[in-house]
Amino acid sequence: MIDFGYAPLKINIHDLDKADLSLMDWITARDESFRLCIACGSCTATCTAGNFTNFSFRELCHSIRRGEVEKAVRESEKCMLCGKCTLVCPRNVNTRNIIKLVRKANQNFRV
Amino acid sequence: MKEHPFVIPFTIGLTFVILYTVVMWTIWVVRLTRREKKIIWKRLLTVKTLRGIWETIREGLFHRNIFKKNVILGFMHMSLAFGWFMLIVLGNLEARLYPHGLINPPYYPIFFEFFRHDLSPLREYEEIFTFLMDFFLLLVISGIGIAFFKRYKSKVMGMHRTTKHILIDRIALTSLWLIFPFRILAESVTAGLYNTGHFFTNFLGQQVIYGLPLDQLYYPSWWAYSIALGSFFVALPFSRYMHIPTEILLIFLRKYGVREKDSHSSYTNVELNACSRCGICIDSCQLSTDLGISDTQPTYFIRDLRYSKPSERLRETCMLCMRCLKACPVGIEITQIRKNERSEHQLFSPTSYSYLNGYAYPKAKVAFFAGCMGHLTPNIIKSTLLLLDAAGIDYTFIDRNGSICCGRPLQLNGEVDAAKQLIDKNNRLIYETGANCLVTTCPICASEFKKNYHMSIPIYHHSQYLWELTNQGRLVFNQSNLNVAYHDPCELSRGLGVVDEPRKLLKSAVVLTENSNQTKQNSLCCGGSLAITNTSAFQKSTIAASTVLQLANNTTDLIATACPLCKKTLAAAQNDVPVQDISEIMVKALMDSRKASLSEAKVKMASPKLEVVEEYK
Repeated sequence: MIDFGYAPLKINIHDLDKADLSLMDWITARDESFRLCIACGSCTATCTAGNFTNFSFRELCHSIRRGEVEKAVRESEKCMLCGKCTLVCPRNVNTRNIIKLVRKANQNFRV
Repeated sequence: MKEHPFVIPFTIGLTFVILYTVVMWTIWVVRLTRREKKIIWKRLLTVKTLRGIWETIREGLFHRNIFKKNVILGFMHMSLAFGWFMLIVLGNLEARLYPHGLINPPYYPIFFEFFRHDLSPLREYEEIFTFLMDFFLLLVISGIGIAFFKRYKSKVMGMHRTTKHILIDRIALTSLWLIFPFRILAESVTAGLYNTGHFFTNFLGQQVIYGLPLDQLYYPSWWAYSIALGSFFVALPFSRYMHIPTEILLIFLRKYGVREKDSHSSYTNVELNACSRCGICIDSCQLSTDLGISDTQPTYFIRDLRYSKPSERLRETCMLCMRCLKACPVGIEITQIRKNERSEHQLFSPTSYSYLNGYAYPKAKVAFFAGCMGHLTPNIIKSTLLLLDAAGIDYTFIDRNGSICCGRPLQLNGEVDAAKQLIDKNNRLIYETGANCLVTTCPICASEFKKNYHMSIPIYHHSQYLWELTNQGRLVFNQSNLNVAYHDPCELSRGLGVVDEPRKLLKSAVVLTENSNQTKQNSLCCGGSLAITNTSAFQKSTIAASTVLQLANNTTDLIATACPLCKKTLAAAQNDVPVQDISEIMVKALMDSRKASLSEAKVKMASPKLEVVEEYK
């Protein structure tokens, strides 16, 4: 890497090559529709829980993709499973199933 | 009477099955909760016992519930159960009337013709007994014939799919099927030798098999009959035929008011053992008819739960639409059992919604609650509010700024602890509004409010409330000739039993036609059920499209429904028939009636009520 004399803070670097993608693989193996997400944010816009707290399914998907497993597990618990996101999703991502899969992964494997 | 060792297999089998049944009945009854035992004691000497006896005869012997669904299936079960029962009763009477004595060993009446070749001591009863025994034997064998035929050609009998049985069921089934052919053989051989039968066995013995060496067949045929009986009795407690002794107990417990609770109990065990795995639930399940998923239905779920634990797939692959519940001839509370099983595998913690503090609903007299799904279909909210305005109701839209989920979706997924938080929160907020009645457009919410909130105020689904207003003359609609088919939402029709109000309401404005017999309590699910998460969007719309196909025909202008989720799911699956909520249809009819009356009277459109209408346009 060329030394410009400055660099991003280490804390801000998220190295995807070193990310723990076990949760993502586990989920994708069980629900293919996870791949379909284009991060449009319709789910978050309509979210019942998101009306009361800082909860976003779109962000949760990002966390899973980035391997931020702990954050994903922590966030997934805020969901009320009401199912509005599934209805509005333009890509037919099975959102509720993905939430449940994150919870299951947490229980079964203590990721 | 000459003793003979061939009675041993039968005697062992009978003793075993009676002992097993007595022990299991005792265990189940002893393990009931104290409250349940108390109500049983209280009601033991009331008319409920008589009703229980009547239902046992009606269902156990005549299988009325199966008759109502399918006449041939009903006849098959009736001929076997009633025919066999009569054979036992008549055999016992015959043996008691015979001048031998009133106390007989259990095998004596069963193998009566073996022990007594000369029936003349029965005098005038000889003719009638031999005739009836032959008649009921013929009835039973006709049932066995149908059952055998059904195993291979179930479609002819109106069953598209039957249960795939496990080994022990096959063993028991084979023994059961062999009992009666062997009995006919044994009795025919005896009749051929000693003329002990009547029109059926005498005919077989003396006209058909008379050429065979009957005296050599005599002992083997009675041995075969006894072994078939014995092996059936030994297999019975471990197979599906345990439903025969268990269902009697189930009928009585149910009559005394014992019901499924929030978790598995002793009563659940009784229900599990009372399942005959007849497979009627398979054909009632839309996952099977529309998606070809035919291995997760209650028959399999209950079987696995009885022997061990059902797999995750079995537990979760169910829409909880309650169609099987209505179809089940035994009346097992399948949906509740599955929900309870789900709640043993909870994924959410009981503190997951601590962020909900500091939220409040405004004060209200009539509280209108739209719910999550309502907020996704603003047109339903708008229409309902318009109708409430037009009727002059002083209501408050309590969740205008967003509602907390009612908890039903979590509840259906078995997350009872997580749902509890939402229920407590919502319950307090609704209580604090001071409302004296709650109206909601969502049957899912209405169902949860009614079943788990234990609120002191009445809860109405908007179709009920609007019908009430129409009935009082506060809403007047223009009758049009729009041809409408009504789709019953599961939670409203089977869940809350509301089927008439939406129909009456619709009839006051449009022409309502019923195109299928799958309506009211037997209505089809739209496929969008919140209780299932492992079906894909494609699978959901397949179910929805097939539902629309059955609901509407080419003269249907519109499908009406009373649930925002059903509306969304049905509308998304097809483009042929528009789908509208009942409130949207009624608003249109209301506007038409206002226009008509205004133009007739030639008055300016200045009614104060219509201003409200304008506001929402």
